Amino acid sequence: MPIFDVFLLEAILNGLLFGGVLALLALGLNLIFGVIDVVWICYAELVMLGMYTVYFLYAVYGVPLPLAFLAAILLVAGLGALLHQLVIRPVLASEPINQLLVTGGVLFFLQAAATVAFGIDFRNLGLSLPSLVVGEIFLPWSRILAAGTALLAMLGVWLFLRQTFLGTAIRAISQDRQIMPLVGADPGRLYLLTSAIGGGLAGLGACLLVLQYDVHPAIGLSFGPITFMICVMGGLGNLVGGFLAAFVFAQFISVGGFFFHIEWGYVMAFVFFVAVMFVKPQGLFAASGR
Amino acid sequence: MDLLIPVLIAAAVGLLPVLAPIGDYHLHLVILMLVWGFVYTAWSVMGRFGLVSLGHGAFMGIGAYGVTLLWNEVGLSPWLGAPIAIAGAALFALLIGWPCFRFRITGHYFALVTLAATEIVRLVIVALRDLTGGSLGLTPKTALAEGPVALAALQFAAKEVWLYIALLVWLAGVLVWRAVDRSMLRYALEAAGQDEDAAASIGVDVTRAKLAVTLLSAVLTAIGGVVYAQYQLYVAPETVSGIAISLQIVFAVIAGGMFVQLGPTVGAVFTLALTEALRVAIGHTIPSLDGLVYGLLLVLFIVYMPKGILGQVLALAARRRRPAPAPARA
Repeated sequence: MPIFDVFLLEAILNGLLFGGVLALLALGLNLIFGVIDVVWICYAELVMLGMYTVYFLYAVYGVPLPLAFLAAILLVAGLGALLHQLVIRPVLASEPINQLLVTGGVLFFLQAAATVAFGIDFRNLGLSLPSLVVGEIFLPWSRILAAGTALLAMLGVWLFLRQTFLGTAIRAISQDRQIMPLVGADPGRLYLLTSAIGGGLAGLGACLLVLQYDVHPAIGLSFGPITFMICVMGGLGNLVGGFLAAFVFAQFISVGGFFFHIEWGYVMAFVFFVAVMFVKPQGLFAASGR
Repeated sequence: MDLLIPVLIAAAVGLLPVLAPIGDYHLHLVILMLVWGFVYTAWSVMGRFGLVSLGHGAFMGIGAYGVTLLWNEVGLSPWLGAPIAIAGAALFALLIGWPCFRFRITGHYFALVTLAATEIVRLVIVALRDLTGGSLGLTPKTALAEGPVALAALQFAAKEVWLYIALLVWLAGVLVWRAVDRSMLRYALEAAGQDEDAAASIGVDVTRAKLAVTLLSAVLTAIGGVVYAQYQLYVAPETVSGIAISLQIVFAVIAGGMFVQLGPTVGAVFTLALTEALRVAIGHTIPSLDGLVYGLLLVLFIVYMPKGILGQVLALAARRRRPAPAPARA
């Protein structure tokens, strides 16, 4: 078999597009970790709820797709803020690992709640976008759209963090939690805002994923672990590192799945992650700064 | 006390089928409580020192699938297959643990690395579907066709036999917990948990101490996997491995009490009783209702009762005994 054939190229390009969406998910998680210092184990379950929101509004109640997207983003942003207020805030002062485990409880809860409410059926929007055909390469528009939107959203978050007063405050508090209250900032409000932004990014991720995948209560388990690995590999809280790591991971899954079975792609990505942790525990891109 | 009480409990449970026959369903519940109590105890052997692993599904999965595959594919008796499977889990623990501790991966990072480890094991089991049956699970070839007892195949039709096996395994697990509790290892790990540099400066080999307790915990968990597989005679990737089982372990231990000897066992009794009570009260009409309650309770436990059920009870009892109360939280 020639090592470089057109299907491999297609796998690589698909991996790039997949990486865009993963990068968006990782960005939300990373932002929350960088600012609040907690890992939302249930992050992918918020994405799952967003996907259900789009599904029900669009496919069941006939709401136009853009409005359904907007509703999903706002709803998940609200859920993010609620999660922070109800679950994270009471344990902010206790041991860090408790904060991770408490969101594990939320994972259980949301997954079970979705099963109770919606059943275990796989549901999809029932809309299929055509593929972009270049020569012999097929690239689904849904993926191109998703990757493009993800990139735009990430640019937006980056500009927000760099250019606005609130963004500056968020970056400041991620650098020094103790000093910020002294200069008159209210960490509680900034945490809440960050949680809402992180949730909003999860909601946006949900909109992009629901175009490509069926939604079911356990779908979070297929994106959750991979998103954590990306964030850790990029260096938890390191936004640029997470962005790059997402593409590395996506290539492993896409190209690994091309040569072997899709599970082996994931296995190789996870093994690579563990190996990286041992070589560079601070993350692959630790030197690139926060 | 920490020797007497487990032995008394074991004796009482052991006399159960003799004194008061409770029927197969309740016997089954007791066996499951003991097996899971053992696995949860195995987790807390390391979990209590702040080594919060989300990867114990990996060890359990290797134990359960190792012994079943060796029996089905090679025809190796579980008496020989179990040590091999357990050694496999120990090797995996070493592979993950040594670099983790060597490079000081702790806290969130340790939890997430072990999470990756358990997902690797689950995905490998699913991916090797020609061998393992993938997500559908795997049944050990039955040796019970000739009679109710197949000693060489470690398969027994009678639940009573399993009660005594589970009881012995559980008791051993609780006693191992006690041995660790009384060892120098405990002080070394508690010191390292507070401040690794300070512990190292007074001569604690932090990496070695952590590795020792991790290996111990992994081996015990793999034994739990073997017993579970041989008792249930069915293993599936989602029931013995992966993130869901790892979280279930952590939840039960937190609910029962991470820092007391019988806390994990109380966690097992509590979670199984809860699941069964919900099932009896509401039936199968609403799937996953137990998950809903679990999740909610886990959040509530961590926020309001981080010591767990037994931990809280013992703390209250201790306070009553000593009327001049010290501040409850340091």
